[in-house]
Amino acid sequence: MKKRVPVTLLFALAAVLVITSVSAEEAGHPAIERQPWSFSGFTGQFDRAQLQRGFQVYKEICSNCHALKHLDFRNLVQPGGPEFPEAAVKVLAKGWPNQITDGPNDEGKMFERPPLLSDPILGPYKNDQEARAAQNGALPPDLSLIARARDVERNPSWWIHPFLMLGDIANGYQEGGADYIYALLTGFSEAPADFKLVEGKYYNKVFPGHQISMPPPLSDGAVAYQDGTPQTVDNYARDVVAFLSWAADPSLDTRKQIGWQVILYLIVTTALLYLGKKRIWASIKH
Amino acid sequence: MGAHTSTYVPTTRWGKWFDERLPIARVVRNQFIDYPTPRNLNYLWTFGGILTLILVGQIVTGVILAMHYQPSATGAFDSIEKIRRDVNYGWMIRDFHSVGASMFFLAVYIHIFRGFYYGSYKAPREVLWILGVLIMLLMMATAFMGYTLPWGQMSFWGVTVITNLFSALDTIYNGLGTAIVEWLWGGYSVSGVTLNRFFSLHYLLPFVLTGVVGLHIWALHISGQNNPTGLDLKEPSDCVPMHPYATSKDAVGIFAFLLLYAWFVFFLPDYLGHADNYIEANPLVTPPHIVPEWYFLPFYAILRAFTSSFLGIPLGQYAKLCGVVAMFSAVIIIAFAPWLDTSRIRSSKYRPIFKWFFWFFVITCVSLGYLGSKPAEGVYVTAAQIFTVCYFLFFLVIMPIVGLIETPRAMPRSITEAVLGKGGAGLPAGATAAPEVR
Repeated sequence: MKKRVPVTLLFALAAVLVITSVSAEEAGHPAIERQPWSFSGFTGQFDRAQLQRGFQVYKEICSNCHALKHLDFRNLVQPGGPEFPEAAVKVLAKGWPNQITDGPNDEGKMFERPPLLSDPILGPYKNDQEARAAQNGALPPDLSLIARARDVERNPSWWIHPFLMLGDIANGYQEGGADYIYALLTGFSEAPADFKLVEGKYYNKVFPGHQISMPPPLSDGAVAYQDGTPQTVDNYARDVVAFLSWAADPSLDTRKQIGWQVILYLIVTTALLYLGKKRIWASIKH
Repeated sequence: MGAHTSTYVPTTRWGKWFDERLPIARVVRNQFIDYPTPRNLNYLWTFGGILTLILVGQIVTGVILAMHYQPSATGAFDSIEKIRRDVNYGWMIRDFHSVGASMFFLAVYIHIFRGFYYGSYKAPREVLWILGVLIMLLMMATAFMGYTLPWGQMSFWGVTVITNLFSALDTIYNGLGTAIVEWLWGGYSVSGVTLNRFFSLHYLLPFVLTGVVGLHIWALHISGQNNPTGLDLKEPSDCVPMHPYATSKDAVGIFAFLLLYAWFVFFLPDYLGHADNYIEANPLVTPPHIVPEWYFLPFYAILRAFTSSFLGIPLGQYAKLCGVVAMFSAVIIIAFAPWLDTSRIRSSKYRPIFKWFFWFFVITCVSLGYLGSKPAEGVYVTAAQIFTVCYFLFFLVIMPIVGLIETPRAMPRSITEAVLGKGGAGLPAGATAAPEVR
């Protein structure tokens, strides 16, 4: 028992540190809060209705500039995603404003056709140059991976660092990208009086440098939800971020479901192997 | 104890016929079943088995990934996405492989620190130890090239920064460094050509690694395993047969480790990577912070500690060269541990002073890792410089001097005595049949 005391003390100390850590995070970067995502942590799963609303926001607003090139229309049907009915997605694809360039046909000519289920969800621009030309030099990034390609930078003091790390590992937290995009979409405001804003740019408190080329994309009531969810910027942002998180990680639901089975199997097997080992070693002092 | 007498007797005519021609069953029996292992091994000795398993796992998942991967500047990034989205369970295979690299290093670092603590590098295990350092070098090369393959922003800029290190040789002989860098790149900048050759080498090196692992295990079975007391195996009661004793313990260690591995694969596949690597490589946009994978951070910190002045010593144009030399030396110096450590006592259990310096070394490495993740500016640089000095001090000063001035603790005469106490040199009352007589 002599050894137990320091260990308990260490854990107590760790607990105190974790609790105080939040307030001790260094300023400098604007604080990006962690949001209560349905899919966060080690048990989180996507909310079907939210993914569907999120796609609606993407379709009506984001898709005016941004593509989802790593996603095909068929992905909108597959399990674990928004799970729209196949017929509805076929109609959606047929009416998608951004056509697929196919060919060459029998006359050797390339031609445009509406996308099929097996085609990627394209944006309005054929290439980066066309996008920049249309967007005053700015390039609207493809959104298929955006939720994984962004993160929240945190600069805790060195002595808090390990405890925050262990906390995140234990909680299965890796939603920094989602938190950042939510903060970005809701982070537009008038520039402070002493801030020099370049012509054609918009002030955003979380964007690096605070000047972003994207105008505030969301406004209350801009998208007409069918399921009675309040039509606020906050809800639009949450829904579209959930959708983009799925787009970046379409296997999340399956991954975590299989994960629990694997963890359970490994715990049971480790325990059995340990009992077996104890029995084998029972007569041998070591 | 490598040359213990063989107890293998083929029981069938076919077995006898085969044994005379290729005694593979005899080798397995002698080296992996009857092989005498110290009875007092703790769970730190399960990491050899854990590492072997990870190596096999990395090769299996890697071969499958290579079936779907396209090593070209235009196809690489998209093909990884295809694997994650369209290949059946591709996301799982991919995450097992990428997280596996991290787990490989985690396990190998624990394995190496175990070696430092219990003096596993000392005679007669010097060759075993050097082979181990060679394995670590091969792992680093393989992991570095593997990280290039997704062709994300960190892949691209990581390669650019690390391959550019060789240009430091220009300060020794004008043009030499540049020539080497262009030779590595296969052009005048990092490009699809570079990616292609790195893929080829990333596929080759694991098999070289496997060969060296074979030698490592061979050398281990010649000198025998070290153990927590650091004493040699002296009497039959010091050891137990590998199977079922060591194997049953290895199995527990392996499965417990797999639990941690699976936690990252299924719940935190991105945690050990970097978000920027989900942005396709773009030679025109440099990421704000270029950071290597966590397992390179201590060495990266040593590299970057050499700025225009090192703790007040001006380095001028040689700063980069010094950093590169220091970084590679930090790995190579480990191979010299058997000769730098002057103490003949292996285990830190009986080394009251060295024991503290071991933990000093662990803290040094962890601190360097932390500093490697921070921007190279202000107090971080000074701290990295101090810890770099500490790192080399451990090998070049502490190891030789502590061995000379230290008075070791009283040691048991044998492993059996360490386990059973004085006078209990025989077998414990409960042990009916001696396990070593099978």
